[in-house]
Amino acid sequence: MMPKLKRQQIVDLLSSGRRIDGRGLEELRALEIRCRTVKNAEGSAEVRLGKTLAIAGVKTSIGTPFADAPDMGVMIVNAEFLPIASPTFEPGPPDENAIELARVIDRGLRRAEMIDLKQLCIVPGKAVWEVWIDIYALNHDGNLMDASALAAVASILTAEMPKAMVNEKGEVTINKSEKQKLPIKSIPITVTIAKIGDKLVVDPSLDEEEIADAFLTATFVEDNVCAIQKRGEKSLTVNETLRALQIARQKARELLKIVKEVVGSG
Amino acid sequence: MPIYVKDWDLVVPGEVLAEGDYVAGPYVYKEGNKLFATAIGIAEIKRGVIRVVPLQGPYIPKVGDVVIGIVVDYLPTAYVLDINSSYKAILQVAEILPPQKNALAEDLSKYLDVGDVVVCKVVRFDKYSDVVVSCKGKELGKIVDGRLIKVSPAKIPRLIGRKGSMINLIKRETGCKMIIGQNGFIWIKGKDQASEVLAEKVIRKIDEEAHISGLTQRIQVMLQSEKRD
Amino acid sequence: MVSVKGKELTLISPDGRRLDGRRPDDIRELKIKAGILENAGGSAYVELGNTKIYAAVYGPREVHPRHLALPNRAVVRCRYHMTPFSVEERKSPAPTRREIELSKVIRESLIPAIVVEQFPFSAIDIFIEVINADGSTRCASIIAASVALASAGIPMKDLVAACSVGKINGVLVLDVTDVEDKNGEVDMSFAMMPNRNEITLLQLDGVLSLEEIERAISMTTKACKEIYEKQKSALKEKYIELRKAVEGGAKT
Repeated sequence: MMPKLKRQQIVDLLSSGRRIDGRGLEELRALEIRCRTVKNAEGSAEVRLGKTLAIAGVKTSIGTPFADAPDMGVMIVNAEFLPIASPTFEPGPPDENAIELARVIDRGLRRAEMIDLKQLCIVPGKAVWEVWIDIYALNHDGNLMDASALAAVASILTAEMPKAMVNEKGEVTINKSEKQKLPIKSIPITVTIAKIGDKLVVDPSLDEEEIADAFLTATFVEDNVCAIQKRGEKSLTVNETLRALQIARQKARELLKIVKEVVGSG
Repeated sequence: MPIYVKDWDLVVPGEVLAEGDYVAGPYVYKEGNKLFATAIGIAEIKRGVIRVVPLQGPYIPKVGDVVIGIVVDYLPTAYVLDINSSYKAILQVAEILPPQKNALAEDLSKYLDVGDVVVCKVVRFDKYSDVVVSCKGKELGKIVDGRLIKVSPAKIPRLIGRKGSMINLIKRETGCKMIIGQNGFIWIKGKDQASEVLAEKVIRKIDEEAHISGLTQRIQVMLQSEKRD
Repeated sequence: MVSVKGKELTLISPDGRRLDGRRPDDIRELKIKAGILENAGGSAYVELGNTKIYAAVYGPREVHPRHLALPNRAVVRCRYHMTPFSVEERKSPAPTRREIELSKVIRESLIPAIVVEQFPFSAIDIFIEVINADGSTRCASIIAASVALASAGIPMKDLVAACSVGKINGVLVLDVTDVEDKNGEVDMSFAMMPNRNEITLLQLDGVLSLEEIERAISMTTKACKEIYEKQKSALKEKYIELRKAVEGGAKT
């Protein structure tokens, strides 16, 4: 329960262009991305955004394609909000927030065609690579969405999976000693903006999320938007929406640079 | 009679502090001939009694404690407060109502609303009931301005200091009004933002450095240098 | 000799060296960090070789639903869970029967150490998440959970340390990796309160003589006392570093 006093403090500070943690309205918290932290996973990344901590893991396996896409690999995104991350998260299957987060990130990855699913086909109609992306929230201090999206992207970019071999009989075997990267076509970046009163803030902290009226999450690929999700029980005006997208696009450019640096070196 | 620790030593649960004729104080227990620590904290030895002053830990309500709570719910004639403990606190509406009014006929939110912050005193706490608090008295009641800071309840004694020496030092040097809740909440009201910010900085420093001796002096130095700037 | 992933591996060489070069009574490199998750009342991150685990403690806090509360002590709950990517073949996120059993035995290994009587009508919740599994996850979990409980300031009679024992080609080995566990003859899990010499977890899967059990317990007891020293350092670390910084600064 946030005391009314604190709520008022946040709103008052915002009206003078400041945030309760000292940031500017469009400033991100300190960002740390660490890749390849989980040995058993084909890909993994831990992202710290301020005190928010999320981890993503990539696992691959061979499966059958969907009937309506016989020559395409399969990508599945799953997210869980672990009880360790917040006193408000209970153990059990993912709730609507975790499910929404997973589906938003999935849409971003899929519409940006980050993973070239066509290249994950082994035997059309029979055998394709399945790419499982599992996202786990470890500490929730706001904006799990962006932290999770960054973790997913970084884990995909640095993943190393085995190669598949098809013999004359058409049987598929996995060759674990030969590694390959996932076929990447683009790098989508997700940015969330929160609306508090008439102010738009980037990368909301936990306190800000609690009092925000609405959120706009947008995923960018190059300078285009490939996914949007408005969250929250209040509305956004058209102007606010367009303004938020402008701000988000600028942030996406900054984040893309950081991701490329980290992945390039790590 | 071997003793393995001295004053200000950092100890953890299970550490053997001494053997023999010592008496086990708070956060220490004796089994057989050995005295063990039960909390992460600082050892203190006084007149044959060994105790551990914990650096972390939950707030356990005690009758007479001043606590700062947040209204989270209503009962028919009482408010329910979150006091940063596994026990909720109950504040009877009769405490706040003017004498002629009838609690059952009143709209409780008129006096205290969900989200309001109240300073009160623990008047009853036993195994069978929630904590009962009262806000009748000096410096008790609803808080309408200033800022609220949360620290580990274990650090509150250090924040108050011996006979109030630390808190009086901070009040004097920053000019802020302060109320300390035993449950880890501290209310500050200064004549301007700057003095409140300074008081908060000092409190956070005490929270972090409670386990290092010479704290009072370091705080004095900090207050002097901050005021100069 | 054993065939693993198409390679022929010698789990234990004639001069007693294991796959990773360890001697039978060596445990892997153990790294512990206390208090790394800010929201939890107490937390710890443990790396035991490649086994990586987060543990977090919430509480004492209100019990929901209320009828589960106990009038004279705290209720302690524990959830052990593995992320889908923590293992070679992806594991479904839903709790398996193994995870449910492990949640119970881990809880029962920690409760004897907690002074539960101090918190009637309250709950102490312990959450364990395995990020990467390379054998002995329940032992690493207990090491982490103990540190998390202590870092939360929950009074404890002692910490709980844990270590596993395997048997390879007749030789008892400490702290088994996944390969050693899958290809060995025995899997024994052991946890104790090292300063009270009390055992709080004991499980055996496989055949051992009484004499071997006694020897195994003696090996793990020694290891647990060493592990306790590491748990102790991890808990004291941030306080000691700050003390050095403050006192070092004061001297100059």
